Amino acid sequence: MELLAFGDTGWGDELFYATLMTIAVSITAMFIGFLFALVFTPLKLSKNKFLNFIANSYTTIIRGIPELLVIYLFFFGGTGAVMFIASIFGYNEYIEINAFITGALAIGIISGAYSTEVFRGAIQSIDKGQFEAANVLGLNKFGKFFKIILPQILRLAIPNLSNVWQITLKDTSLISVTGLVEIMRQSYIAAGSTRDPLFFYSFAAVLYLLLTFVSMKLINRLEVKYSRGY
Amino acid sequence: MDLELMINSFPKLLSAAVITLKLLSVSLIIGLFIGLFFAILRLNKNIFINRFAYGYSYVFRGTPLLVQIFIIYFGLGQIEYLRSTILWVILKEPYWCAIIAFALNTGAYTSEILRSAFQTIKPGIVEAGKSLGISNKVIFYKIQIPIAIRQSLPAYGNEIILMMKGTSLASTVTIMDLTGVAKYIISTTFKPIEVFIVAGGIYLFMTFIIHNVIKFLEKKYSFN
Repeated sequence: MELLAFGDTGWGDELFYATLMTIAVSITAMFIGFLFALVFTPLKLSKNKFLNFIANSYTTIIRGIPELLVIYLFFFGGTGAVMFIASIFGYNEYIEINAFITGALAIGIISGAYSTEVFRGAIQSIDKGQFEAANVLGLNKFGKFFKIILPQILRLAIPNLSNVWQITLKDTSLISVTGLVEIMRQSYIAAGSTRDPLFFYSFAAVLYLLLTFVSMKLINRLEVKYSRGY
Repeated sequence: MDLELMINSFPKLLSAAVITLKLLSVSLIIGLFIGLFFAILRLNKNIFINRFAYGYSYVFRGTPLLVQIFIIYFGLGQIEYLRSTILWVILKEPYWCAIIAFALNTGAYTSEILRSAFQTIKPGIVEAGKSLGISNKVIFYKIQIPIAIRQSLPAYGNEIILMMKGTSLASTVTIMDLTGVAKYIISTTFKPIEVFIVAGGIYLFMTFIIHNVIKFLEKKYSFN
């Protein structure tokens, strides 16, 4: 227990901040994923074959390649890409990109591929009559989407999005290879300096279990909220 | 684009892909037995056995695979007692540590897939077997298991692909699998995009093959 003390003598406060970091990266990544889904879901449902092809390539490639490889691409390639763009504008100094941004972007792109599939499935399973009824009622485009289609999408999508959230949360452990101090990285540091890897990695596992447990409870509430009336 | 690097690294990455496939197949085979074992425990009416099996799958599905590998590879070596037993022969090898972690992980997911498959079997089928005077054991092995396998094929196909991606974590414990070699080439040449395209292409090809084999099996064992 001494090992977990707060302050200079233990690793309690470090691990606490690391847990907050994991939560922050997960939420940012999930949000970036939603942005990607917002772009790619319409492309997936579009009748244009070319747009279809782009969206399908995105989801197939990302879901078929290991997360770790994608992270390595961003970690090693990110700085190069940014410096290349900067050099076009005449800036030739070394630029270091924040590990948080690189990590959240890499996990976000992965999470986005899963979210896109979830939203596509949800939209496709909405009855055509709903769209027609909304038209008949004379609602405008926004009213149609926000008042009629979106609530139904959410009801169908939330259970699957909770899976995506779990995947995203667990994937953030991989960002530790880039040096961002989240749960896994902090446990690695603590294990190295105390020579007690068994304790710290087991404790990391407990922290992750706690995070998944609590988030499942919260998501279940959302699920109940959005399925009232059914 | 450095085409020469892409061509030169292809054979290296391809031979690393063989290690990825070895890791995948060995852990899938062990994981299938673990999964079947725990799925049967889940169907048990004894609440303790049931809870134990549920706890196993909850813990392994609720924590990242990376933590599991690190606990087994770095953590278990710390226990003095283990070092003196015969188990140490296995546990000191990163290769076997990775396989143990993968097998336990995929076993947890497989047990859930099989459990839900067992539960969707219509009671009428079991009753039909009983009315024909077939013993419970034979009903289980000859009727329930084959149906459950068929039912779980699509989900299990997904699990195989997820596990193939999971094997990339073996590179974190010094195993030179496809991702490990890719990372090594990237860090020595600083050409991430080229290496990513080749390594990613090999992974995608493997995903494609697995996907189609599962599709073929689904068609072959479909009831219609």
